[in-house]
Amino acid sequence: MMNAGPDRRGTIPEVAVTMRLNGRSERLRADTRATLLDVLRDRLGLTGTKKGCDQGACGACTVLVDGKRVLSCLTLAAQCNGSDVVTIEGLSSNGVRHPVQDAFIRHDAFQCGYCTPGQIMSAVGLLGEGRAGSDDDIREFMSGNICRCGAYSNIVAAIREVAGRGGA
Amino acid sequence: MHPFEYIQATEPAQAVATVTADPDADFLAGGTTQVDLMLKDGILAPDRLVDITRLPLKWITADADAIRVGATTTMEELAADPVVTGRLPLVREALLRSASVQLRNMATIGGNLLQRTRCRYFRDPAVAACNKRQPGTGCAAVSGPARMHAILGASQNCIALNASDLAVSLVTLDAVVQILGPSGLRRVPLTEFYLEPGNTADVENVLVHGELITEIEIPLLPPAARSAYLKVRDRTSYEFALASAAVAVVLEAGVIREARIGLGGVGTIPWRAFDAENSLRGALASQENFRAAAETAIRDPFTVPGTAFKVELAKRTLVRALSTVTSGAR
Repeated sequence: MMNAGPDRRGTIPEVAVTMRLNGRSERLRADTRATLLDVLRDRLGLTGTKKGCDQGACGACTVLVDGKRVLSCLTLAAQCNGSDVVTIEGLSSNGVRHPVQDAFIRHDAFQCGYCTPGQIMSAVGLLGEGRAGSDDDIREFMSGNICRCGAYSNIVAAIREVAGRGGA
Repeated sequence: MHPFEYIQATEPAQAVATVTADPDADFLAGGTTQVDLMLKDGILAPDRLVDITRLPLKWITADADAIRVGATTTMEELAADPVVTGRLPLVREALLRSASVQLRNMATIGGNLLQRTRCRYFRDPAVAACNKRQPGTGCAAVSGPARMHAILGASQNCIALNASDLAVSLVTLDAVVQILGPSGLRRVPLTEFYLEPGNTADVENVLVHGELITEIEIPLLPPAARSAYLKVRDRTSYEFALASAAVAVVLEAGVIREARIGLGGVGTIPWRAFDAENSLRGALASQENFRAAAETAIRDPFTVPGTAFKVELAKRTLVRALSTVTSGAR
């Protein structure tokens, strides 16, 4: 077993985490209680991933871990040791936006923008899962991402376009 | 927030030994209950968390009679399995109507079966009266606003709902959990795994501290069976059940030969309606018989003003589920 470190009374237990983050290796020591979300935002300065409800109800903190969309607010950073993590900052390559990012802009798929990074990461996950076959499927499989501004119809249109079903 | 030591387990027996030896240790899997309750709500406060997600407990195997699922298989992985899709549609539907894709990518099958109640009084440390959290303190939910609460297996002592859709489908199928303890493996039918609150609302199942679910065996339905999981809720997706019904029937010329019924959104434990099943065996597939079965299934409910609506809702949910699978309309 790999221990978090010596169990000394009065000290805050830490754990060493090495992960691949947006294509680069990242090593750090984190409080065992730290969530991936808090490490991304507060330790690594990647504030694109948003903290909404912080209890697994809104989807604003969605990131990809080992290619799958998960909630970073309910993931301990300690559990990401050895994982491949992609955040909204890692979607573009050499300054070129991801097609989902472009589609969100083209379709005006946001208003205040707070839920948008989570929406986009979730949409990237959904497209990878092959679940954008119909508007109903998009709505169902995007239901873990709440948009308080109500940009849902434009979000569906943006995803539909990237899935190759028109709508531009 | 309580500090804890984090241990990544690499071997099941060692994980069991570690938690068994320490009353303040607990397992961590997908974390969707554990991290939520522990970090966010302050309800759980383990000194040591043993992460089991890297254990070799991720498998799905099938033979002619059953499918066997390793405990750390995720909900999305099980929902995508071809045998589940072909032979156990009620399990697939229960899974895909649970939570969101993100949560289903994290949550494990073993963890889903052990998810804690969503009762707001249980999850609010400022509420003093909660027999489940602190035995002997009473139940704030029975006299306060309630809605997402149980009406079956409930009493003045506790109306906390078991909110697992998957567990409802699995008790309906007579699934069996395999449990690893310090002295080896044991197997427990899921219908005997959960314990109604009674006078010990804090004891939710037969697990002893340190025991670990390693596998769930799900018997396959006969090829001729029709099954479905109908979930009724406050919004279309990403919401817990107000009432749900897991049903599986074998029909012969309009007569019900076999019937299995589970109910969700209503029980302190995932509810199996054995008496209702018996009332349907050999009966014509008719609205009258479905309604009679529903009356049998929701017998002697314990309601508070906020949950009284569930009595009729649960009956209609079951009637609709039975009507749907027997009409072949799905």
